[in-house]
Amino acid sequence: MRRIGIDVGGTNTDAVLIEDGKVVGAVKAPTSQDVTSGILDSLKKLGATGVLKGADGTPKKVDGVMIGTTHFINAVVQRRHLTKVAALRLGLPSGASLPPFCDWPEDLATLVRGGVWMVEGGHEYDGRPFMPLDEAAVLKAAQEMKAAGLRAVGISSVFSPLDPSHEKRAAELVASVIPDAAITCSSDLGRIGLLERENAGLLNAALADLSRDTIAAFEQAIRDSGIAAPLFITQNDGTVAEASQARRLPVYSFASGATNSMRGAAYLSGLSDAMVIDVGGTTTDVGQLKLGFPREANSVVKVGGVRTLFRMPDLLSIGLGGGSHVALDPLSIGPVSVGYRLVTDGIAFGGAQLTTTDVAVAAGILDLGDRTKVAHLDAATCARVFSEAARLAEEAVDRMKTEAGDVPLIAVGGGAFLIPEIMAGVSQVIHVEHGDCANAVGAAIAQVSGECDQIFKDMTRVEALAAAQEIANDRAAAAGADRTTLHTIESEDMPLAYLPGNSVRVRVRVVGDVAATA
Amino acid sequence: MSSREITEDDIESLAVGAWILGTGGGGNPYLSLLNMRVLYREGKRVQLIDAEDLGDDAYVAVIAGMGAPLVGIERLTDHRVFTRAAVFMEEHTRRRFDAVMGMEIGGGNGVRPLMVAANLGIPVVDSDTMGRAYPEAQMTSVAVGKLKPCPMTVVDVRGLEAVVETVPTWKWAERVGRKIVVEYGSTASTCQPPRTGAEVKKWGIHGTTTKAIAIGRAVREAQRTHDDPVAAILAVEPGKLLYRGKVVDVERRATEGFLRGVVRLEGMDDWRGSAMQIDFQNEWIVARRDGEPAAMSPDLICVLDSVSGEAVGTETIRYGQRVTVIALPGPDIFLTPEGLAHVGPRAFGYDLDFRSVFAS
Repeated sequence: MRRIGIDVGGTNTDAVLIEDGKVVGAVKAPTSQDVTSGILDSLKKLGATGVLKGADGTPKKVDGVMIGTTHFINAVVQRRHLTKVAALRLGLPSGASLPPFCDWPEDLATLVRGGVWMVEGGHEYDGRPFMPLDEAAVLKAAQEMKAAGLRAVGISSVFSPLDPSHEKRAAELVASVIPDAAITCSSDLGRIGLLERENAGLLNAALADLSRDTIAAFEQAIRDSGIAAPLFITQNDGTVAEASQARRLPVYSFASGATNSMRGAAYLSGLSDAMVIDVGGTTTDVGQLKLGFPREANSVVKVGGVRTLFRMPDLLSIGLGGGSHVALDPLSIGPVSVGYRLVTDGIAFGGAQLTTTDVAVAAGILDLGDRTKVAHLDAATCARVFSEAARLAEEAVDRMKTEAGDVPLIAVGGGAFLIPEIMAGVSQVIHVEHGDCANAVGAAIAQVSGECDQIFKDMTRVEALAAAQEIANDRAAAAGADRTTLHTIESEDMPLAYLPGNSVRVRVRVVGDVAATA
Repeated sequence: MSSREITEDDIESLAVGAWILGTGGGGNPYLSLLNMRVLYREGKRVQLIDAEDLGDDAYVAVIAGMGAPLVGIERLTDHRVFTRAAVFMEEHTRRRFDAVMGMEIGGGNGVRPLMVAANLGIPVVDSDTMGRAYPEAQMTSVAVGKLKPCPMTVVDVRGLEAVVETVPTWKWAERVGRKIVVEYGSTASTCQPPRTGAEVKKWGIHGTTTKAIAIGRAVREAQRTHDDPVAAILAVEPGKLLYRGKVVDVERRATEGFLRGVVRLEGMDDWRGSAMQIDFQNEWIVARRDGEPAAMSPDLICVLDSVSGEAVGTETIRYGQRVTVIALPGPDIFLTPEGLAHVGPRAFGYDLDFRSVFAS
């Protein structure tokens, strides 16, 4: 197995080559304005190290290029490159007072809301139809969407995670009127909670054009680099999707950068259950690995001010990083950072802003810039700054821990030098080789997943779990997993208050290796 | 009649405060809040009056949503359906309502009476019948007072409308009403048995909307100024800080249509080394510290997010959360022998004598 993992960060684009489980090449290139030329640069740099050629000079076969990108979430946060969306909700007469976009920030709603249509349809919690799908109304809505020039469509339906049939049928009808429509069904994004699931679907639809263009550009960059390998895009849950599937669901890549770091940390350290602290230039992310995957946030996550509920890692971000501003009297670190301007604004680099990196240079921990420029920082001062950074990190780790005892902590990222060897509540601090490109490593090793989240009635707990597992397995296989390698990484069941007939909501997630391409 | 207008900001606070008074249950008021924002944007306004301002023969609607919170987040709360439940009761009893009140201030039901009031142009009474959230219809002050348990209207958005015309007891009202709600798909808008002004004055739990707004305002203000929101609550309410800790175990099971279970906490700060266990039946019922009962219904046990100060629900609490547990005094009516028979620890199956956190 030979894979290239690329992480497009705010500052750097990292690329690694993993061959038979080992990191054999790792490079960094500055992230470019257009994203794709940075990817091409990093691939060229990787090629220049010679690792992509065999002893006889012929190019090695690469099985996949896995890219993690913050491109899509940035588009939402910065309100750029968004497409107007037609929202179609199936659920009348229910929910009429709270139409699609009703809880969006006004500026974003104005950019994205192309029109709202609500028709009869949807299901009950137990799978009974809530109302028959009003197909004539769906067709009429589709014609109005077409007349309004809308192509991106978000379809939601009451209880669609339990029964997606109305959404799927409505999608067919819309496609029959608008053949080139880019349709997102909310059931493809999962969770129960209509507004939040619908919101995720509408954001996804708003990214349709950007997603199509970006993924085409990624594929072009790979071709231009001379590498013949399929493109995969890494997802929030630490898995990958084939380019064709990822193009349809860009929201699934929203938090993949942080996830990739955690997965990379697991891989590089050989640990599957540990805390991970990823110290970047501006922020530090803390999360928890369980069976090699980040614990998921099981609650509403706001993206660009919009409440959403779908697969996202449970992360705590604090304003601590290698570029964080440092004030000495009184002592404080962050949350403001010089970011990518570290190499011009940091004191060790001739600038005027004291940063954590300057302190590390003064303490002899880092060999960067000009150490004489920070000679005025004595050892006691450096120690005070480091102990404050350690306190911030300790508190963040403690907040994310879910068990009482001491746990191992893997420190990765370019700012990992801020993490001391001994911390309260931590059994061992592990610094790993290639830890500064753990994110690209995480991308390179990503697997394929399948998930099932639905309510089962009148079954024993064991039967319900088994039924959910089968559905999850089928979905993983459909997404490109090798069935023989599938295993369950998450399985939880929750009995439901008030619902009759021993109702239980079961969520099962399985992962497996990417099936070899024929 | 003295009344004051509830502002849009009051409603934002009410949503936060009602969720806290939900003592873990009652459903998150978010969707009810969104409905109120819609109504206020349309120019509607709600007046709040005291029970004392009601004439003895005033006719008061008692509004409540019934069902599973999980269904409520798919079949979204709609102000028109709650209004229909009240209008249907008016049609059925051939009497116009003079005012609206809530059955329970805790959770989403703490905000719903405002929707009806906004649509019908009548005031909301600053009273409810629980002073918090409870899982069943007989766990109210009006049930303790043995007021008439019928009629009740049960309405579904699709035009399904039922009246529970005659039942002998509140337990029967709960059983029959619950069956209808389940058939509707486990969510319904109800108008509970109407009350006269005299009944509300005598048996209502008073000042609870104002209380929820004050609690919510304290939390929101503390969030804005980065102060301790829990301290802010205790500054406006005569509550007691019970415990600060971290969730280390959550055990849930559904029995007889309820969500029951236990949450175990491990102490932090001043409580390091001490363990707390809180049993729940939709709402938090009994808290034990190191095995000894520390607080129990009808005292309110509120589990709050230690950082935001907002309520943590029994359906969503999870491992690792940092929570602060406070107690607020239970309504006086529930502290009587008759009240304790309805909502004391034994009503939830605990062989415990009620002892208030606030007993001197």
